Amino acid sequence: MPETITIWVNGVSVQMAPESMVSAALLKAGVPCRRSVTGELRTALCGMGICFECRATVSGIPHRRTCQLICREGMVVESDR
Amino acid sequence: MKHADVIIVGAGPAGIAAATAATRHGRSVLLLDDNPKVGGQIWRSGIKAASQHADKREDARRDKVLNALASSSATLLFDYRVFDAPAPRTLHALRETEGGAEAVTLRYERLILATGARERFLPFPGWTLPGVFGAGGLQALVKGGYPVRGKRIAVAGSGPLLLAVAVHLSEQGAQITSITEQAPLAQLMPFVASLWSHPAKILQGIGYRSALRKTPYRTGCWPVSALANEVTGSLESVRFTDGNKTWNEPCDLLACGFHLVPNTELASLLGCTLRGDFVQVNDQQQTSVTNIYCAGEPTGIAGLDAALIQGEIAGLACAGQPTGFLLARNAAEKRFAKRLKSAFRLRPELRLLAAGDTIVCRCEDVTYEELAGRNEWTDAKLQTRCGMGPCQGRICGPATQTLFGWTPKSIRPPLFPVPVSALCSHDSQYDVLQENA
Repeated sequence: MPETITIWVNGVSVQMAPESMVSAALLKAGVPCRRSVTGELRTALCGMGICFECRATVSGIPHRRTCQLICREGMVVESDR
Repeated sequence: MKHADVIIVGAGPAGIAAATAATRHGRSVLLLDDNPKVGGQIWRSGIKAASQHADKREDARRDKVLNALASSSATLLFDYRVFDAPAPRTLHALRETEGGAEAVTLRYERLILATGARERFLPFPGWTLPGVFGAGGLQALVKGGYPVRGKRIAVAGSGPLLLAVAVHLSEQGAQITSITEQAPLAQLMPFVASLWSHPAKILQGIGYRSALRKTPYRTGCWPVSALANEVTGSLESVRFTDGNKTWNEPCDLLACGFHLVPNTELASLLGCTLRGDFVQVNDQQQTSVTNIYCAGEPTGIAGLDAALIQGEIAGLACAGQPTGFLLARNAAEKRFAKRLKSAFRLRPELRLLAAGDTIVCRCEDVTYEELAGRNEWTDAKLQTRCGMGPCQGRICGPATQTLFGWTPKSIRPPLFPVPVSALCSHDSQYDVLQENA
């Protein structure tokens, strides 16, 4: 198993330990996940797939709950900006 | 289509104990979870990280339970989210992979619901800011690889979870500025005294305190607002009160949750009778629907020991085995749950924290003042869209229950958003056609 995994958050590389969650990579990168319906920037709240605040586009699929998604090498994550 | 004698929803301690017990007596078992790994919230594994204060006793017990599951014949299905129960003995689950989403039909003879609990969140000004997390929420994210070394973290809200979270964050190098419990000391004392009858639990408590010798643990205090830096927009401090005076505490992150609420959505969808907030079960963990059982937190917030015992009872009951030998231990855990509930009862002042423009429903950005004039949950949904976003009221439902006394109702499929492409997938359509034939 490699020492670290590299994923791409809004085009910037983030190094994560194996078995890390995508939500943690967004937090490490200091990037909020989404904009709310009135435009507020939001980050993960519950950490366990309940609140849907950690939604982002992962590998082209929108609305993935990033707190239930393990980082894979080369994964591409796009958040609302 | 997948089929088993027993399907168990939720691979936390209750679900694991149930799976092990049912397979031991020859039943085929499918154990599902919406997370990518086994263990539920309390045994969430996460990345490899150093832990100075590891509780060896607790780790040994977890390893024993997980090993028993690994050597059983149970089939584990991760990333399966049950969203519908379209016919008797039938579930539909969403499985999302990087290749796309599909709906899978699952059939059972008996079903065990071990769906656990989530944190209760109460709205206060600033609670939607980046940097404000659930208490268990932040712990889960840190286990998931979010580095918090050197960060100043305030831990606040209510419940025994706050201490566990503070210990974990501090082990990961965070500076815990304070732990703030809303319950007054007098309300907590009978609970603390009762721990003498649960030696393992008090040992755990002492371990928690010694790991945080220098951190203030305040009772009878609560957060009133989270404040952002005007330039960066990120969390800068939290304002606390003891009911008389208020003060600001600078911090980088706030970990805040108000104890736990049970996950009963699937039980409701299946027609299981609730008693108050919880799924009603008999001493076999059987619900009002004869072939559906429920174990752990959805039947009452009672913690790990209760989950393991009740899971085993449910697993044995589904396999037609006697369960009488476990009843006394289950009764003791239920007494513990009762004390837990009264110790961490929420104070009425928490209902007054939201300002008019404080968002209550985070999915649809519905504010307190929009909701204040509504009669009840359905009225609020129809008039404001509160509870109609992707979380389907899982966060704002318990919040409005505390704020306004509303009871969320009309649980309907899908239990959370499902892509149309998945609903159109063959497995799900085949099933619907069969039912309508």
